[in-house]
Amino acid sequence: MPSNLPAGHSRRTITMTVNDEQHTVYVEPRRTLLDALREDLGLTGAKKVCDLGQCGACTVIKGNRAIYSCLTLAVECAGQSIQTIEGLAQADPAPGSQLRLHAIQQAFIECDAYQCGYCTPGQIMAIKALLEHNPNPTLDEVKMGVSGNLCRCGAYPNIFRAALRAAELLRTAG
Amino acid sequence: MVKVLKTKIEIEGRVHEEVVVIDGELPAPWDSKAELTIVGQPVPRVDGAERVTGQARYTSDIQLPGLLHARILRSPHPHARIKYVDISAAEALPGVRAVICRDSTAPIKWHRSSFVFDSTLRYVGDEIAAVAADSLEIASDALRLIKVEYEVLPHITDEQHANDEASPPVWVDEPRNVIGGEPEVYKRGDVDKAFKDADFVVQATFRTPTALHNCLETHGSVAQWEGDNLTIWDSTQHIFGVRQRVAERLGLALNKVRVIKHYMGGGFGSKNGAGKYTVIAALLARKAGRPVKLMLNRMEENLVTGNRDSTVQHIAGAVKKDGTLLALKLVCYANSGAYGGGGMPIAGPVQEMYRCANVYTESWSLYTNLGRDSAFRAPGFVEGNFALESLMDMMAEKVKLDPLEFRKKNYAERAPKDNLPYSSKGLRQAYERGADIIGWHSRAWADRPAVDPKNPDIRRGYGMASQVWGGGGGPPAHAIIKVNADGTADVITGTQDIGTGTKTVLSQVAAEAMGFRFEDVRVHVGDTSLGVYAPLSAGSMTVPSMSPAVQMAALDVHKQLLAIAAEVLEVKSARLELKGSVISQGKGKKSITVKELIGGLSDYMVVGQGLRGPNDNSYAINTFGCQFAEVEVDTATGQVRVLRLVAIHESGRVINPMTITSQLYGGVTQGMGYGLMEHRVVDHRSGIVLNPNLTDYKIPTALDVPLEIVGEMIDLPDTIATTTGAKGIGEPPIVPTAPAIANAIYDACGVRVFQAPISPDVLLDALQRRDQPMVVEQPAAAELAPVSQKEE
Repeated sequence: MPSNLPAGHSRRTITMTVNDEQHTVYVEPRRTLLDALREDLGLTGAKKVCDLGQCGACTVIKGNRAIYSCLTLAVECAGQSIQTIEGLAQADPAPGSQLRLHAIQQAFIECDAYQCGYCTPGQIMAIKALLEHNPNPTLDEVKMGVSGNLCRCGAYPNIFRAALRAAELLRTAG
Repeated sequence: MVKVLKTKIEIEGRVHEEVVVIDGELPAPWDSKAELTIVGQPVPRVDGAERVTGQARYTSDIQLPGLLHARILRSPHPHARIKYVDISAAEALPGVRAVICRDSTAPIKWHRSSFVFDSTLRYVGDEIAAVAADSLEIASDALRLIKVEYEVLPHITDEQHANDEASPPVWVDEPRNVIGGEPEVYKRGDVDKAFKDADFVVQATFRTPTALHNCLETHGSVAQWEGDNLTIWDSTQHIFGVRQRVAERLGLALNKVRVIKHYMGGGFGSKNGAGKYTVIAALLARKAGRPVKLMLNRMEENLVTGNRDSTVQHIAGAVKKDGTLLALKLVCYANSGAYGGGGMPIAGPVQEMYRCANVYTESWSLYTNLGRDSAFRAPGFVEGNFALESLMDMMAEKVKLDPLEFRKKNYAERAPKDNLPYSSKGLRQAYERGADIIGWHSRAWADRPAVDPKNPDIRRGYGMASQVWGGGGGPPAHAIIKVNADGTADVITGTQDIGTGTKTVLSQVAAEAMGFRFEDVRVHVGDTSLGVYAPLSAGSMTVPSMSPAVQMAALDVHKQLLAIAAEVLEVKSARLELKGSVISQGKGKKSITVKELIGGLSDYMVVGQGLRGPNDNSYAINTFGCQFAEVEVDTATGQVRVLRLVAIHESGRVINPMTITSQLYGGVTQGMGYGLMEHRVVDHRSGIVLNPNLTDYKIPTALDVPLEIVGEMIDLPDTIATTTGAKGIGEPPIVPTAPAIANAIYDACGVRVFQAPISPDVLLDALQRRDQPMVVEQPAAAELAPVSQKEE
């Protein structure tokens, strides 16, 4: 890169829908969706672990598919709809009341489906995409659904249980 | 009355002496008859909601006004001298706010005789310069503009040749690359005689890999100066350790440095102290006059942040016909990298696991031009146990005993090293429970039919292995508790929750001992300015160090509240009981809630204090366990599937069965990775690590883990170890996994594999050489080369 170019000379303005709200960011074309979410929008739930598409900690939902946000450029998301972990729980308007967690989030707590929690947002988004396509998965389908999401603490057995439990909660909730 | 005592404590397999100041009354231990209602319950994590919503702020998530992003330029050579560094073009790049290197900073001492930015580069990844810029992208551009000229030096990366006369020294003052100049030798009994008296001698050479922690959150720091006060957010297992080192290296008073770590994405021993990145972040922030975030990337995480050292282990056992273990010998070589501390207790299992009167171990730690070794979940013991527990099965076969029976025959009733009684040992119960669950005694033992008659290549087998480790914790460890006007309590310690559930477990202990409702307690950790001193969260010592301190502070609060209530209610405090946040004086009489009591005291704050008492050094304090594996081996492809893994451990009292089970799963999963998948690959000619990423360095995925993991604890309150009866569990469950799997593989296909990981290529190679003799048997110790070479 020539050293005389001012930083950000080629930045572009991108508008995308994130968690049902329109956001406009001004980013270099090389900025990944992950960095745009974390650095430009302050949505740090998706994690940067490998930045190489190897671990799944940055998983978000684009349209209706789980993607690695570190392998997607922000400029490729212009006009697209992105869901992140921050959009899952609903805030209750009553003061002093707690967040209403999504069934997958409840199931993760109930099943202790994490240790350090660093891969958790990615695991939950991968499971959300899985359950949207397949509301009644088998254990093997759950394993495939999170096979692109590494957990170094080894919480896998509880992640599987949580995914099956969440599917059950969502089905009974209608 | 204040007492100052000395006590021995064990950290990461090493024992040292610590001074402990006792002020106040130590708690009466919770023995097995104690009626506990909150401790022992599977309480979900108190910080679960933060973790599932993305609200938990890890170091990597810290964002501050004016925050800069930093990167480090690293050595491309395994060994070189810097001729010059030119940072001028990088400094001129718009958006760059600070560049530092050897020539632009005062030298700061680091390992041995080296500096943070040293003129000699000792491995691929050594630090040369660092940049802070408006964005990570600009910082990366700037790194490419730094010009460096190198004088490339000869290098050595292979531990098997590090000690050769012809090999280049990594450090000029350590010409043979031996850390400490000589091996560490341990002896008991008369090993030579025992080998002569033996009916059988079994020996083998085992090789274990360099394993990389690969914490999902990379190592890193955020540094912010306010005047001459420095605040550091650090992804660390020891906030007070980081404070100490940063203050020392930057010449700051301890109260000028504040270290914060609220959440951390994995450590596993690699984050036990400050890194160069911590100091560099602080230097850049000072130079730029703005806060700086310096998180390593995945490649750096794999190259520079520590590893489990690879080993070569020559091991021999002498045994009598009846299965009595007479002697063990171990000579091992470990690759400690360029900046490693060495001294990992690889000989620990040989010295401590079984009753064995005659033991000789000799441990060499070697410098090489690679990233340094560091603690990694039960350092040394994982490596050593792979060799010992494989050898145990080989010896059992020799004396025609079931592997479990052979281990029970050589069960240590007292600690073999110090000949002390154990504070508790639940290994025998663990053996029984594990054998029951896996169906050990009813399994087909020999001439097992093929699993699938149509596919005779698939074979099934069972294996097991034992575990010994420390995990008793110790002082110094402190806690304070504040009771608020609404009857809630803040428990404050300087420990850290590294993902193991520390906050939850300490909440349970505090609520139990105070007599509060669980929901009225909140635990605060991870801040050196607000918290009181706590040891590193490593060495399986957080719970056994911290839970007694919190228990004591809680009992202090309990006592104070009862005394106040006695005054207010005008009764004797002995007649009062505090339970579930209610103070009662017996049936039919008036009771009062803590909230009502405190609320009537005009913001008076009850403050409780607690600390961890000394260890009882007349006992050996250990944790134990065993694991049983059932595997399926495809002898055509060399692939191994772990069908079931049963992990039964004893670590004293179980405070939270839910979080402790998660720890068992985690240990087993990492242990399986170590046994079957994980292996740093180095090209010795170029000195380059070939797989510093998560695609080529294989950690277990959802599809790799055992089809079924059973994790259970033998719940045995150890009141000699701690007043809560709890010991640590972080490390024990990784220790026996790999050898249990290796032994199951042997059982399945009759092939002993002498190296880990037992990846498909390694197993296929072993299967193809199955006709060659695998075990060299020699009757006399004198022929035991190289084991006996080093003896007098």
